Amino acid sequence: MTDSNATGPNRRHFLAAAAAGSALAATAARAAPPDPRITEVQDWNVSWGDGVDATPYGLPIHHEAEVIRRNVPWLTADAVSSVNFTPIHALEGTITPQGCAFERHHAGAIDLPKADYRLMIHGLVDRPLVFSYDDLERFPRQNHVYFLECAANSGMEWAGAQLNGCQFTHGMIHNMEYTGVPLRALLAEAGIRPEGKWLLVEGADASAMSRSLPIEKALDDVLVAYKANGEALRKEHGYPVRLVVPGWEGNMWVKWLRRIEVGDAPWEHREETSKYTDTMADGRSRRWTWEMDAKSIITSPSPQARVNHGRGPMVISGLAWSGRGAIRAVHVSLDGGRNWQQARLSGPSHDKALHRFYLDIDWDGSELLLQSRAVDTTGYVQPTKDQLRAIRGVNSVYHMNGIQTWLVKPNGEVENVEIS
Amino acid sequence: MSRFPETLALILCAGTATAGDLGRPALPQEIAAWDLDIRPDGMGLPEGAGDVATGEELFSETCAACHGEFGEGVDRWPKLAGGDGTLADDDPQKTIGSYWPYLSTAWDYIHRAMPFGNARSLDADQTYAILAYLLYSNDLVDEDFVLSRDSFLTVAMPNADGFFPDDRATTELPLFSQPPCMADCKQEVTIRMHATVLDVTPDDAAD
Ligand code: HEC
Repeated sequence: MTDSNATGPNRRHFLAAAAAGSALAATAARAAPPDPRITEVQDWNVSWGDGVDATPYGLPIHHEAEVIRRNVPWLTADAVSSVNFTPIHALEGTITPQGCAFERHHAGAIDLPKADYRLMIHGLVDRPLVFSYDDLERFPRQNHVYFLECAANSGMEWAGAQLNGCQFTHGMIHNMEYTGVPLRALLAEAGIRPEGKWLLVEGADASAMSRSLPIEKALDDVLVAYKANGEALRKEHGYPVRLVVPGWEGNMWVKWLRRIEVGDAPWEHREETSKYTDTMADGRSRRWTWEMDAKSIITSPSPQARVNHGRGPMVISGLAWSGRGAIRAVHVSLDGGRNWQQARLSGPSHDKALHRFYLDIDWDGSELLLQSRAVDTTGYVQPTKDQLRAIRGVNSVYHMNGIQTWLVKPNGEVENVEIS
Repeated sequence: MSRFPETLALILCAGTATAGDLGRPALPQEIAAWDLDIRPDGMGLPEGAGDVATGEELFSETCAACHGEFGEGVDRWPKLAGGDGTLADDDPQKTIGSYWPYLSTAWDYIHRAMPFGNARSLDADQTYAILAYLLYSNDLVDEDFVLSRDSFLTVAMPNADGFFPDDRATTELPLFSQPPCMADCKQEVTIRMHATVLDVTPDDAAD
């Protein structure tokens, strides 16, 4: 289904209304008092607004002050090693504005000027090199849209419905258009020796963030990025330079990238042993679970985006993504997974990027159990949480991509629930 | 001289600018200053040594405020000791002793990232000593143990064999790549859990 299809329910609704009661509707319209927003002259229609010198760099208008990153203070001991969440319940389209894209850092967001930036490549290479920021801008550039999802996104849902809002359950994700240099171009400058099979990628901050990256991925689609959504990376996203590891867990997208070492074996550092390993029911743990499985979430209606209108036309809006390719289809259920309908994808469809889907329904005002299910271009179908639990148990923390359920009540309230 | 592989070089020759020769050689002193990482096989470990008693003193001064005197953890700060045999429990306690497969990971991380807020302040001997104490707290060595580059690989980590590479390609992908059911997929649906009952969402969450 594409955008060009007429939105069935809406049209049906209007046609039905026209047929059943055009006379009634006209009477109702006549009975309502005239709207003063129309009949009275408004201030903004009389006097000047802000000049072009008022806001050299704009923030969202104050009416949108609620659309911000939020954190859950009890999750972590200290805000400098913590996470906040993207307000996906209030965003539309596919691109995440940098200013509200979630942050996760382990020792705070550092202030690293471009002039002080250095990137070193060494280890099993012919020529150990140091690049400045300006050097990076002299390599041929590429632009790509990719999602970044923290492997722990939705992790609390392993134990069932916990946090009430998709910002909290699914907000450790963002989707940006990156400008940068393919990592393989930088590696080619240094010349990888044949024994070089793994890279250690390391950040400049105080958290000793480092991950082992297999050479196949490094030579495939990894980018060394310095711009996002057209502008410089924000401080909290790794200014001036971060790694972009498409489709793979966000922890590997090292921010403030300062060093790449080529080696013949993985390093097994803290973020790939103590953390980002997935413990199964028998106590053994999966490691190297880099790829993000296909997933989707209905962003509206959702607990923070309740239904403020009564019965009639309702837009169900959501996001879908896969670390293995693009999204082929999204299905939406109104009855807790008994029956499914094909949703409409709208907007760009890139590999390893967020997709926007819609289902436009004619709500009869009764209770709904909303679910969405993504299918990616490999044919993978987003599983239920119980299907995942049957294989992994409930203690794996990371990589929870199960189908989410929202209960929409007749009064328009929406709640995170776990269903059979 | 272009250092690009042939395919890339071909593209670059087709009228676009070439990068070639960007960057400058990294000096040995520069590499030494940044190349601090340690690998499971011990690659990267510097000379040095530290015993349990010295480590206990250092740990008490610089680490215990957050991690507890024995590494048992204070409030929500991480636990570093204990949890032996809990990995298959409902609430697994993952610590250096119960979970970490390699000792090198702890040396590497403590040396580069701790103490929190004052990273890079421990020298090699101090790191060996603190880690010797953490091994002792985890009942993995005796109180007279001395950790050094030489004794490093003699320490057996209990959960060393507790990890296996990502197997989703065989255990999950075939199962989750079946044609999806579209109608009458289940008989009944019951709600088994409500987030509002748990009530852990921050107060100002809803608009
Ligand atoms: C101010 C509090 C604080 C102090 C003091 C501190 N740490 Fe930590 N430590 C932390 C925090 C916070 C983390 C987790 C950081 C993160 O989220 O990445 C941590 C993580 C660790 C870890 C990894 C735990 C895991 O399970 O992955 C080790 C090991 C560690 N600290 C050792 C030490 C040692 C040794 C010292 C003393 C030299 C020390 N810490 C001092 C707060 C502290």
